[in-house]
Amino acid sequence: MPDRIHLAVALDGAGWHPAAWREPTARPTELTSAAYWRALARTADGAGLVLATIEDALSLGGRSFEPDAETRRDRARGRLDAVLLASFLAPATRRIGLVPTATTTHPEPFHLATGLQTLDHVSGGRAGVRLVAGSTAQERRNFGRRTDGPAGLPASGRVEDDPALLAAFREAGEVADVIRRLADSWEDDAIVRDLDSGKFLDRERVHNVEFEGEFFSITGASIVPRSPQGQPLITALAHQTVPYRFAAEHADLVFVTPADATAVGGILGDLDGGDDLRVFADLLVLVEDSRAEAEAVWARLQERAPLTTDARVVVGTAADVVDEIRALAAAGVDGVRLRPARLPADLDAIADRVVPAAAAAGILLPDDGSPTLRERLGLPRLASRYARQEVGA
Amino acid sequence: MTRRQIHLAAHFPGVNNTTVWTDPSAGSQIDFSSFEHFARTAERGFFDYLFLAEGLRLREHRRQLHDLDVAGRPNTLAILTALAAVTEHIGLVGTLNTTFNEPYELARQLGTLDLLSNGRAGWNAVTSSDAFHGANFRRGGYLDHADRYVRAAEFAALSKALWSSWRDDAIEADAETGEFLRADAIERVRHESRLFDVDAVFDVPRSPQGRPAIVQAGDSPDGRDFATQHADVIFSLHTAFDDAQQFYRDVKGRLAANGRDEDSLKILPAATFVLGDTADEARERSREIALAQVRPQTAITYLEQIWNRDLSGYDADGPLPDVEPDTGVETAQGFAGRHAAIRARVGQLREQAVAENLSIRELVIRLTATHTFVGTPEHVASEIDRYVQERATDGFTVVGHVTPHGLDEFTDKVVPLLQERGSYRRSYDEGATLHDLLGLPPVPANAGAR
Ligand SMILES: Cc1cc2nc3c(=O)[nH]c(=O)nc-3n(C[C@@H](O)[C@H](O)[C@H](O)COP(=O)(O)O)c2cc1C
Repeated sequence: MPDRIHLAVALDGAGWHPAAWREPTARPTELTSAAYWRALARTADGAGLVLATIEDALSLGGRSFEPDAETRRDRARGRLDAVLLASFLAPATRRIGLVPTATTTHPEPFHLATGLQTLDHVSGGRAGVRLVAGSTAQERRNFGRRTDGPAGLPASGRVEDDPALLAAFREAGEVADVIRRLADSWEDDAIVRDLDSGKFLDRERVHNVEFEGEFFSITGASIVPRSPQGQPLITALAHQTVPYRFAAEHADLVFVTPADATAVGGILGDLDGGDDLRVFADLLVLVEDSRAEAEAVWARLQERAPLTTDARVVVGTAADVVDEIRALAAAGVDGVRLRPARLPADLDAIADRVVPAAAAAGILLPDDGSPTLRERLGLPRLASRYARQEVGA
Repeated sequence: MTRRQIHLAAHFPGVNNTTVWTDPSAGSQIDFSSFEHFARTAERGFFDYLFLAEGLRLREHRRQLHDLDVAGRPNTLAILTALAAVTEHIGLVGTLNTTFNEPYELARQLGTLDLLSNGRAGWNAVTSSDAFHGANFRRGGYLDHADRYVRAAEFAALSKALWSSWRDDAIEADAETGEFLRADAIERVRHESRLFDVDAVFDVPRSPQGRPAIVQAGDSPDGRDFATQHADVIFSLHTAFDDAQQFYRDVKGRLAANGRDEDSLKILPAATFVLGDTADEARERSREIALAQVRPQTAITYLEQIWNRDLSGYDADGPLPDVEPDTGVETAQGFAGRHAAIRARVGQLREQAVAENLSIRELVIRLTATHTFVGTPEHVASEIDRYVQERATDGFTVVGHVTPHGLDEFTDKVVPLLQERGSYRRSYDEGATLHDLLGLPPVPANAGAR
């Protein structure tokens, strides 16, 4: 029996290729419209994908450290807040996990945590988040609150060689920690509505988080009662040692970027994540009916704006994509996140061709009907840490 | 002559004792289905907008969580955005603090709500700030009252600048030339002051509304100044007719100095209501609801907050406590005024209780559970209409006492009567923004780009 895995999709603007917005199938004037996103989310939901991530950044140029990122006019620009976009998509979808991106440097962790808890409530237990550490100089100018921060990857290309990046990861760790603490701050049964005692709440089952960190502190409990998943799914994208460590310590699911299937083993070894960390490999895909057609489109895109990417690229037919997925599955990942080169075209192709072909090949975990995203991924619903403490006391 | 049109907002009941959770029909204050029902009801009643309060920390009483009233609510922006997906016409207004947010982020989130709802977003900008709430935020601490409105005004000005920094036609998306953005599509927004140092390029396109509508809910002179400068709507507490009329004149009178006309600012006080088939029946129901809102324990707790003492030994149906309030150590500088104020307040309550022969519970009912409109649907409709025709308000922010069905009866029984009187809309205009629903002047396009 072949290894069975999950499929996910990464949604972003007109797609992951910088020239995608110029394709005839693109809808470049609708990238921040309700109709566009509702259609994308419904396609992904209908395809049976386990989750969709939504990219975000806190500046016009995205998370690019290029100096002209804010001024160049040839790239698709304009974005919506991803956590809110996910909330909007929740009532329009039924099964798919919704995993918006959130930056850990500027937003108030309390607002982020309650936003994610609310996403979990409105989606019936399908909320996740992809945490991104650090900020660009323009993001800092947009907020005007902190001037210090990373200036980009250091010459070595390694996070550990830049103290500012290391600090950003420590801060991201604190944000992940308080998201979980605030989610735990209400025990499942804290609302008692007891007519006899006249008490709405059992105050013994709501706990102040009393978090004191290096970067911020938070005293009180969440304002949001515990949500269906207990805790939203925390995810991260990681390419190297420090982010791997962050993921192993703080994430439930990590997106990795193996150059090919043979690289998976090494990454899994480096990650050292344990049984409760799910590992998804990223693949950037462009799908057409024939390999020649796909390559022609790719050549056109590359000529207009060459793509630089961290992830492996597959340009070809649905069968080509399925071959890659099969190889990754055999190498031991729990899932593959597909980054469509063009939206909506490659998402449509994923829904219409890739998923059915992967299912037919027997490499896809079928939807077993588990109610929440965590359960669908085989992850436990964690009890409130505060409840556990009491039992032990 | 055409009648002045009534504007109605629908307030989702919050976490104080207005919400009767002991009512057998009371549902969840968290489940999305509650919000969806509420929103659909308000939309069925052609309300201008639905309105959510904000609380950033669970209420405490004598250093313990307050456990008598409804507690727990969703994140305001996230629930409004989810509601945008299941509604079509109604405005979506959230209370969001100017102290514990940053302009770029909040403007971006409200811009997101505005785009996803096709121009139905609104923002009730509140300044409430204290160390208790501050303990949940990076900023921490609190801001002096004076600085709170300085920050609020700069926050609003900066947000408006961000919302108007994109030309309406910024996105050219010319596949042939490869130009996605037009030249001069986006203006850089610079704001440097004692409180902010922002040099921003906004990343959310302009919505069909131009910008979210701004609501204000403070009552201090600073609050009123802020409103006349920046707000489109005031959510006031002035509901008694004469008082409302006076407030209305005061605030509208200040608009001209800001170069604004009377219609550019709507005043929508909070209003509760109890309906009955007869006036007597309505009064009886009002009495029952008040008793459910102010249970004996609630009444004692209310007084404990003023007295700052354990009053659990007192009988809620008996007279006011004979002990003096605990005003703490008076030597602390700057607190003398507060001590005097607490004593004065207690003295005032005692006088009222004696003069009207009120028990603790009856007094608290007077203070917190007096319903604005009580009567037959005809009576309530004619009262609401009178307030608006005689310029005491532009309408009301209606709040029911049960979640989530509290608005159903108003929508079914009062709204049709307002329509019959010719003072209330019978349908929404297709594609109307919240500004349009409120009858506000349109937001000018980005001037810099014209
Ligand atoms: C009717 C009304 C409703 C309010 N609702 C809220 C609320 O939901 N959340 C909040 O933090 N403050 C709320 N406030 C308080 C703030 O609007 C206000 O900023 C604060 O009281 C300080 O301003 P002031 O001194 O001008 O009143 C409300 C005030 C009024 C009058």
